[in-house]
Amino acid sequence: MSFLEIFAFLLDGFKISLLIFAVTLLCGAPLGLPIAFCSMSRFKPIRFITKVFVWIIRGVPLMLQIFIIYYVPSLLFGLDIWKRVNLYFTTGNQLSYAGSVIAVLIAFIINYACYFSEIYRGGIESISKGQYEAGYVLGLSKNQVFKNIVLKQVIKRIVPPMSNEIITLIKDTALANCIMVGEIIYKANVLAADKALIWPLFFTGVFYLVFVGLLTIVLGKVEKNLNYFRS
Amino acid sequence: MALLEVKNIQKNFGKTEVLKDISFSLEKGEVLAIIGSSGSGKTTLLRCLNFLETPDKGTISVGDKLLIDGADKTTLKDEQIRENRLHFGLVFQNFNLFPQYNVLQNITLAPTLLKKGTTEEIEQNALRLIDQVGLSEKIKAYPCELSGGQQQRVAIARALAMEPEILCFDEPTSALDPELTGEVLRVIKGLKNENSTMIVVTHEMEFAKNVADKVIFMADGIIEEIGTPEQIFENPQSEKTRTFLQNSLESF
Ligand SMILES: Nc1ncnc2c1ncn2[C@@H]1O[C@H](COP(=O)(O)OP(=O)(O)O)[C@@H](O)[C@H]1O
Ligand SMILES: [Mg+2]
Repeated sequence: MSFLEIFAFLLDGFKISLLIFAVTLLCGAPLGLPIAFCSMSRFKPIRFITKVFVWIIRGVPLMLQIFIIYYVPSLLFGLDIWKRVNLYFTTGNQLSYAGSVIAVLIAFIINYACYFSEIYRGGIESISKGQYEAGYVLGLSKNQVFKNIVLKQVIKRIVPPMSNEIITLIKDTALANCIMVGEIIYKANVLAADKALIWPLFFTGVFYLVFVGLLTIVLGKVEKNLNYFRS
Repeated sequence: MALLEVKNIQKNFGKTEVLKDISFSLEKGEVLAIIGSSGSGKTTLLRCLNFLETPDKGTISVGDKLLIDGADKTTLKDEQIRENRLHFGLVFQNFNLFPQYNVLQNITLAPTLLKKGTTEEIEQNALRLIDQVGLSEKIKAYPCELSGGQQQRVAIARALAMEPEILCFDEPTSALDPELTGEVLRVIKGLKNENSTMIVVTHEMEFAKNVADKVIFMADGIIEEIGTPEQIFENPQSEKTRTFLQNSLESF
């Protein structure tokens, strides 16, 4: 295999990594919000249930959660949904793993939504009561106060922890390979095991480094844009 | 007829009785100073007036309008509370400016959201208020770029922008370095000359003596003594008032 062929082969894998990254971020970040609000709910049972759920999801390895989502439907309910989706999308001898990707995405979205929710909660709870009250005594409604006064301060506080979490996410996508999803490390492993090629393993690192580098620059810009005020 | 009529306000936090039986009234254009040692319930009283706390008993009326009757256990609707709040303004001890907005935006935010006029009217009014508190140089500055005294003056302008009938101050100079208290007290004094109705909780006895029309000394959740500055400062009737004034003199 030429360098270009190997590059393309690895790039195919990295596309899967990016897909998991993007979908998890786009779904998990908004889903974190209702979870955050539930964990701050005035109703004790809701608060309790949410906190226990978040505790479990954050306390158990993501790999275990992927296995559970992947195997529970078939082994517990006899519904082989993920494999059926795989087969459905398989054409000729081009084996599809779309079903496995969906299983991975579900595990990732739930897991990351819980992490994000804790960041949101921390951010919201860190805003002083005085900021709300200053808005209320001017006659503003709760919604107006949250939208126009609190939100931007929360965003400023959560950008650094969110940046960390987002950078962890791109590296976590490698976990998908535990159920044979062909992300980039899976591909590099194929090259090492079948073709006895060692350098693609190292080269794989370059993909991550470049992407993390780009993310760092973008997130740094966001952080800098909020530097004009201190709170 | 008094502008503000507070009758028999009581407020408990759990088992602690913080306000026991507070009644007083205030005429339009009057300045009321509230003094008293820490923990006597001064802040809680101002918070009741601004509907940040709900009194357990008693009534608050402005003009001839009954705003709240604590004994009436049907909870007020959010909209009703917001409407009630518009009669009052509150300046906090620690300013609570909105950090992400500059001076002008801090002042125009609420009038804009509550549609108190056109954008130009609101801005013109804000600029006038900024001038009044002496901060015309700082229109575009963010709170983090201002001294405590400047921040407090912005906070006063922000409260004035909603044109409250009664403006309350909760120890407006307590968080300030001594050399900065003067500029804030001068602004409040200036408001008195414009006939604003104000309630000022303060530890600045000189200020209370010179600016207030009426002084309340609070102790343990009750009004221990009420009178003109002359009566309270020169000729206090209650032993507690005398002790308090003695102590506050000694600390200087
Ligand atoms: N939200 C609250 N919950 C419980 N106790 C409170 C609360 N707010 C104030 N208190 C108590 O009420 C008393 C009076 O407080 P405050 O009104 O702040 O007094 P002051 O402003 O005169 O120092 C204090 O003993 C304080 O601990
Ligand atoms: Mg106080």
